[in-house]
Order: sequence, then structure tokens, then C-alpha cells
Amino acid sequence: MKKLLGIAGLLLVIAMITTVLSYDEGSGNYTFLSAYNLENLLRRLGMFGVLSIAAAFVIVTGGIDLSIGSVVCVAGCVLPWLLGTCGVPAWLALPLVLLLCATIGLWHGFLVVGLRLQPFVVTLCGLLLYRGLMRNFTGDQTMGFGDADSGLRWLATGKIPITDGFGLPVPLCVLIVVAIVTGVLWQRTVWGRHLFALGRNEEAARFAGVPTGRLTVLAYVACSLLAGLGGCLFVLDVNSAQASSFGSFYELYAIAGAVLGGVALRGGEGFVIGVVLGAALMQLLSNTINLVADSNQLEFAVVGAVILMGAAFDELLQRWLRFRGARRRS
Amino acid sequence: MSDRASTKEPVLAARRVRKAFPGVLALHDVDFSVSAGEVVALVGENGAGKSTLMKVLAGLHRPDSGEVAIDGEVVELASPLHALQRGIALIHQELNLCDNLTVSGAIFLGAELRRGPFLLEREMARISRHWLLRLGLQIDPQAKVSSLRLGQRQMLEIARALRADARVLIMDEPTSSLTQTEVERLFEVVRELRQHGVAIIYITHRLSEVEELADRCVGLRDGKNSGELLRSSIDHNAMVQLMVGRDLSATARQPRNPGDVALSVRGLRTQAFPSATVDLTVRRGEVVGIAGLLGSGRSEVLRAVFGVDARVAGEVVVAGNSLSGAGPRQAAAAGVALLPEDRKSEGLILSMSVRENLSLPTLHRRGRWLDRDYERKVAASAIADLAIACRADDQAAGSLSGGNQQKIVLGKWLAADPVVLLLDEPTRGVDVGARVEIYRRLDELAGRGLAILFVSSELEEVLAMADRVLVFKDGAIAGEVAGDDRSEEKIMMLATGGTTASSGASAQ
Repeated sequence: MKKLLGIAGLLLVIAMITTVLSYDEGSGNYTFLSAYNLENLLRRLGMFGVLSIAAAFVIVTGGIDLSIGSVVCVAGCVLPWLLGTCGVPAWLALPLVLLLCATIGLWHGFLVVGLRLQPFVVTLCGLLLYRGLMRNFTGDQTMGFGDADSGLRWLATGKIPITDGFGLPVPLCVLIVVAIVTGVLWQRTVWGRHLFALGRNEEAARFAGVPTGRLTVLAYVACSLLAGLGGCLFVLDVNSAQASSFGSFYELYAIAGAVLGGVALRGGEGFVIGVVLGAALMQLLSNTINLVADSNQLEFAVVGAVILMGAAFDELLQRWLRFRGARRRS
Repeated sequence: MSDRASTKEPVLAARRVRKAFPGVLALHDVDFSVSAGEVVALVGENGAGKSTLMKVLAGLHRPDSGEVAIDGEVVELASPLHALQRGIALIHQELNLCDNLTVSGAIFLGAELRRGPFLLEREMARISRHWLLRLGLQIDPQAKVSSLRLGQRQMLEIARALRADARVLIMDEPTSSLTQTEVERLFEVVRELRQHGVAIIYITHRLSEVEELADRCVGLRDGKNSGELLRSSIDHNAMVQLMVGRDLSATARQPRNPGDVALSVRGLRTQAFPSATVDLTVRRGEVVGIAGLLGSGRSEVLRAVFGVDARVAGEVVVAGNSLSGAGPRQAAAAGVALLPEDRKSEGLILSMSVRENLSLPTLHRRGRWLDRDYERKVAASAIADLAIACRADDQAAGSLSGGNQQKIVLGKWLAADPVVLLLDEPTRGVDVGARVEIYRRLDELAGRGLAILFVSSELEEVLAMADRVLVFKDGAIAGEVAGDDRSEEKIMMLATGGTTASSGASAQ
């Protein structure tokens, strides 16, 4: 919980710095605080936040899912195809895409639990496999909606007006719903307790009668399902998807957000609120660079450096606290 | 000889050593010394500070205050390697040789012989062979450590220490995973080393080993010296007094009245021994022991009954319900509980709290939603009932001593109200005080009608607790020992398949 306060504090500090640096002398406004910028930032947070929660589901079990970006690509290519080429109505197309993605998760779960393959290997191969299949499926053509989105785009581009100029982007609302459901699952149900127990020590959990296999499969299903949901939001947002690049590297954004938010890679630790904060920090950093620097060439470097510094600082702080505690007691 | 040894200048001494960890003062001004050619046993309950003291002496921990002296000269030991260079070697409780190395690679780890950047493999192998032979080990120095048995690995650690010219050997629970013959071989080595002037510090829970080996016995209790015994005055009761500060004679057992059959196993074949079949029954209110050598298929039977391992063939019936072997969840629902052999990896989730561990097997019976009131109730009653020593129920289970951890494992299953209780080495790594409590509790549970089936390597324990003893050999039941003719000799004979009591001689 202390860790979460730390992330929230860091978020606030960077937001303030960005605000100051984004001062535009011409207009006398802080660009960062403009409704346009904030809406955009929150919209991106909504979409990437869903991916980070997806990643967290699997990381909590002690596994990893590297295929998230490729599942985003699958959703991003199949949704326009269903709506445009096949003329499937929107109310059916979205569930079909989510079902397809959940099936991918089921397949991962089967390989990890049934065949006992390493999650890293399974999902790394998934990363290559799904993107390759999508490129072939679309013939590397850009998949777009044209005018066939039948109002679905509201999910990604719409907003719920708060004041005259500012509205809450719908993807953020999607994230809030996903986060609340996930939080209740993790914190308030036996299922969640079992999931975390298995993440900490799978053998001991199994010996205690926890259905570890079934839970692990479900975690992979939840992960791919949410990745698919994220993919739908992304494609609805930009209106088209190009299989060779759509969603590429998003798994790393997702994992980084989760880990930054306190989800331990060794499994069994983490809070949903932390995941959301971690994802927010990632998006804020990227926003800062876009506002402050002339180009976003340094984006990856800055994100990498900040995460690294955060991890190092956290480790040093923990050590210092332990040391101080030990000295005080003796 | 021991008299002469004790008048000598100690090779290694700790004076007023103090060491604190978060939440505990592990060592409180402890004095300790050992002289050349002396075997000093260190006894104490788990958490008394034995391992911490040894780690201070071996350079793994630095004392907060006090000093460590070698040959009377005060030293600062910076690391285990540094300690080894000064002649102090720690033979670990949990053997952690890098098992991808070769034998000679392990013996020279950290002190490789080389010319420039190149390793002198042949020279190291030659020297390794020399030390291995001195310990009576016929192992190829080029063999992989992973191909050795546990007992051989232990000897390998000793060889490593001798190669480094160690004058002080610290052995932390060296026999906990050895077979009887390996233990005897180890004792011979210890005696031989003593004759050559090596000082040996010997930590164990097995008091009979102290009686057999030690020149002197030092007690620790709650991180403080609790006294010492010289050779002539070392006996079981005196040592227990040192450890717990009170006399704990084993409880006299009431005769039991077994009821209906609670567990029946027919034609069971396990994956480890697919060609051996096991048939056994345990009645309500009956305690059945399983004895046998390590690797004789004892644990495998418990694991198969509980459904952790899939069984090759056979039928398991619990209180009239046949188990399909779908897994622990099914077995637990039918009223079976298992205290696994490896408490740390299978019994508990060390980083989770005492409360969460205690409620884990039964939580789902209260519905889908987390019932925190129920959790607190289960934890409170188990902590009170089993006298689990913890500060609060949200303390991490891993921070408790071995005995208290075992009580948590027992407690979480008692909350599930089982019909059949399976225990695999229930007192391994558990100190005397908690041991007696566990025995007492099992006896009481049997009195209440539980069927208890337990595996133990400690014959004393098996004989004291069990109504019947099933002796395993090569995955099958070699015989049953019950009634008045129960004896350690009889069990060992069945276990080793020998016809005379001296069957241990065929070790090499």
C-alpha cells in the first residue's frame, strides 16, 4: 500500500513538472492542462490500462503473457472484417471478437497447464503466430471500417460531458468498470484469494485443495479477453488497423504498467489500483515527452530510464527501511 | 581425550555475540568455543539461535556486537569464503552445491587452481580424488554433482572443507536427509576427523546422535546460553532440560479402540513403483505408522491417496466413498488431509499470513465471496487450540519457527474436519517442545475417531505413536509390526530386507 502512495506521488510530481514545462508563451496557457490534451491522455490511459490489467492477471499467477500485442492485432483486424466485409451487426461482432480472443487465452492455458510448457515460450510463440496469421489473413492490407462501424466507435472516441469543454472519454469509463470488476474478483472473492495463493506457491496451493490448473487457465482466458477488448478500443479509436504493426510492442507497455504498479513478476502480489496507476504513469511520461520535446524519438529511452530509476529507488528505500528497523530494535 | 581437549586454547570462539534481525533478537550475548579435536554439539529448539550463531561463526552474518576469535586472535569474517580461507567451513543444512558442476568443480568452487586464465582440471581432479578416498567415497571427480545421492553430496561438502584445510567443521543438521547407513558412515568420518585434530560443531535435533558423538554439549534457548554438559553428563533428559528448561517426558499413551474402516487402499500402484502393489486399511481412531528407508515408496503412497500424484492403478475408498484420483481438492472434500513432507514448498505459503494459510483449504466452503469473519475465527481458534506462537494472525507464516509452521499446516486441515489424516514426516525440523505437542495432539485426534496414517524416518517416534507399523521396501509393504513384538530391530530388518540385525554393513 505504501508503494501505491509512492506511485501516486510520482504521478503527481511528473504531472506538475509537465504542467510547468508545457507553458505556452504565445497563448499564455498550460498546454498540458488543456481539455484536448487531458481527454487524449485519459483516453489512452483507458485503453492501455485495460491491457495492463490483462497482463496483471497472468503475472499474478507467476506467469507472463507476451502475446498481448498480437491479440490486440487479432482484435484490430477481425473486428473491421466482421463489420465491413461480412456485414455482421455490431451487437454480434464485438462479442464474437471477444470470444475469439478468449479462445486464444484458453489455448494458452491448455499449453501452460496441460502440457506444462513455459508461459514465456507459449506466449512468445503466440506473439509471432497471431501476428503472422493476421498479416496473411489481411494480405497486409489496412483493415478499416469505412462507414460500417455502426456507432461502435463511440466506445473509443466518445466522451461523457462533464463541463462545457471537457468530457470523460468512454475508454476511461471502460477501464474503470474493468478495474472495479477485477478489484472485486481479486480482493473480495475466494477465487481471487486462490489466484494469489497459487501465484505465491503453486505446489502448496494445490496441496491445500486449490484448483490451481483451472485457475491458471482462467487467468490466461481473462488476459486474452481483456487484450481483445483493448484491441477493439484501439482499432475503433484510430479507425483502421495494419496487421504488420498494429499493437506491436503493446505487451511491453502492458507488462511495464503492471509491474510499475506493484505487480511482482514472481507472482502473488499486486493491487488493481496500482496497475491503473502504473499504466497512468506510462501514459503520462509519453505525454510529457510529446509536449516538452520537439519529437518523440526519446520516448522509449525516457520511459525505460524512469522505470529503471523507480525500481532502483524502491529497492534502495526498502533496504534502508529494513536496516533502520533492525537498528532501532537492537 | 575430551578432558585434554577442553584445556586447550579454543580454535574458534565467539564472545558475547549479539545479533538482531527485524523483529527478533536472535543472539543475546552468546559465548561459544570449540577446541581442536573436540566435537561440540549445539542443541536448542528451533528459533533458539543455533543457525544464526553458526552463520556468524562462518562469516555469513556479522555480529552486531561481540567478537569472533580464531586461535585467540579477534577476526572480522567478511564472507563464507573468507571464513573458509581462515579454516572454518560450514556444511549447510540445506545442501546447496551447484549441481551442474562436476565433483571436482564443486570441491574447488571459489578456489579453482589455474595457470593464468586456464583451469587446471586434471590437477583438481587428482586432489579431489585424494580427499574423496580419505572419506571413503568412490566417486569419479568428473561426475556431475546432480548424479550423486544426498549422502554423497554431504560428504562432498566435507571433502570441499578438508581440501580447504578446514580446522573447524560446522555441521548443521547433517543427518536430516541421510539414510541409516549414510549416517553411520558420517559418524565414522566425524570420529576420524576428531582424531586428526579437526574441531567439529554439530547441530542436530536428534539427541541420540549427540549422546553418541559429542564431547561437550552446549545449549541455547531464546538466543541465550542455557548451559553446557560434559561428555559424562550428556543424556537425553539433561539435554531436553537445556533446550526447553523443563522436563518433557513422552506422554503415556492410552490404549486405542479402532472403529470402522475409514481409509481403504486396494491394489495401489504408484508412478515411482508401478510394479509394486499396496493394500492397506486404517480404521477410525487408529494410528498406523509407515516406516522404511528413504526412497522406499512411503511418501508416494500418501501422495497417491491424496491425489497429488496420479496413480497408475488401484482404488482408494474414504469412509465409503471411492476417490477417482482427480486431485487434492476431491480428496479434501472426501475428508482426507495431508501434511506434506516438504513443509516450506508444499505445506505452507510462506509469504502469506498465518490467517490466510489457516483458512486456505476451507475458504471455498463458505461460498464464492471471501468471508473475512470466518477467516478470523478459524485463525483465532487454531492459534489458541494449537498454541501457535505468533505475534498476530497477519504475520507471514514464513517468519515462524519450524514447529509453529507445522502447527499451522495441522491447524488448517483440522479446520476442514477430516476423516483421514495423512502425515509425512510430521516432526522433521520441529523442535522437541513442539514435537511433544504434536504427538499429544495426534493422540487426542485419534481418540476423537480420526484415522491417522503417518510416515516417519524416526523409529522411536513410529514405535511410540503407532498402533501398527507398516514397513515399506521397494514400494511395497514388506511386513507389518504390531503388538508387543514391536522393536526398532524388527523394523530395520524388514526395511533392509536383511535377515540379521547387522544388515547395515553392506553399505559400500
